[in-house]
Amino acid sequence: MIDLRALQAELDIGPLIQQLDSDLVGLAPVKRRIREIASFLLVARARERAGFNSSPPTLHMAFTGNPGTGKTTVALRMAGILHRLGYVRKGHLVAVTRDDLVGQYIGHTAPKTKDVLKRAMGGVLFIDEAYYLYRPENEKDYGQEAIEILLQVMENQRDDLTVILAGYTERMHTFFQSNPGFRSRIAHHVEFPDYSDEELLLIAHKMASESEYKLTDGAREALKEYIARRRQQPNFANARSLRNAFDRARLRQALRLVQWEGAVGVNDLVTLEESDIRASRVFTDSVPV
Amino acid sequence: MRITQGTFSFLPDLTDEQIRAQIEYALGKGWALGVEHTDDPHPRNTYWEMWGIPMFDLRDAAGVMQEVQACRQANPDRYIRLNAFDSSRGFETMRLSFIVQRPAEEARYRLVRTESAGRNIRYTLERA
Repeated sequence: MIDLRALQAELDIGPLIQQLDSDLVGLAPVKRRIREIASFLLVARARERAGFNSSPPTLHMAFTGNPGTGKTTVALRMAGILHRLGYVRKGHLVAVTRDDLVGQYIGHTAPKTKDVLKRAMGGVLFIDEAYYLYRPENEKDYGQEAIEILLQVMENQRDDLTVILAGYTERMHTFFQSNPGFRSRIAHHVEFPDYSDEELLLIAHKMASESEYKLTDGAREALKEYIARRRQQPNFANARSLRNAFDRARLRQALRLVQWEGAVGVNDLVTLEESDIRASRVFTDSVPV
Repeated sequence: MRITQGTFSFLPDLTDEQIRAQIEYALGKGWALGVEHTDDPHPRNTYWEMWGIPMFDLRDAAGVMQEVQACRQANPDRYIRLNAFDSSRGFETMRLSFIVQRPAEEARYRLVRTESAGRNIRYTLERA
């Protein structure tokens, strides 16, 4: 008999999952997928001990979702997680975009892509906005060459490298349709859902407490209303919109303090008032930035 | 005649696993690795041909091993060595260099004596 619980404690996976749960708001499908991978590793270890062979699984992933749903944040953590789980040897993350992979003239692309791949070995290669690699409108585009090299390494050196592609849902979908090789080589397609209003509020509070700010009760109410209104307006980018709103609120607070005639107390330095949030253009129905 | 040059050259040839371990050691120290090859392993020949540029910012030996294998495939009957370059201030030089491939038939050299003025003898190593 094999005690999976003991094995779990040995590999120190429990705290890892708990930390992920507490640090990231929402994202249920993502967390479930990470749990699955962790469990798989556990079973693989148990199989190894029992004398069965266990080939390492393909871990290449695609993160799709709307702007600001945490794709990049999760990818950054993924490298650390896979390292702790023993899937990647070094656990570093190399984040690249099209510019880092695709060259500017004939013969420039292959060495460039290979160099990036070599740097990422033993860790995770994160390709943000992967659909830019493929430009169907220009048949001379060197992106195709980068894609071919990538596919080859993803297939042959699965033990050395895990690739994560990320991008907005629709465009990734088109990208995969025109590159079926990619789709089949990626085992995990993880869809990042939009945050609900409550989750966004929670995220805003986390942001505030991480940067050591406090919200007054009025500010909390204003923030709630802000989220509901902002969602209706164009270019809503989930957590990113909130990050921007928070940054602008901090600016307004700073201006308010500087223009304040009296002495500024320690408490004033860390407090965001309702007026700091209500001053946002979102409440006046003009076009937000 | 067995060419002895660089680190480990009096040991039996390193296996791939041992080479990998050496690369890991060098990367752990933050050194950049470069692959070079030549058909003329004369001790005074410092100019081996570079197999690509030295690899900076690598974290894992897999990338270097890949280049070593590629170089071996392209040059099956040449000498190949790995250089580890330390860029930190005060060193800025090679810290480790070892041969990772020799041809089946090694290069042969002979010693040539030349008598010069004042019955001085000059010695030269010459390709046999």
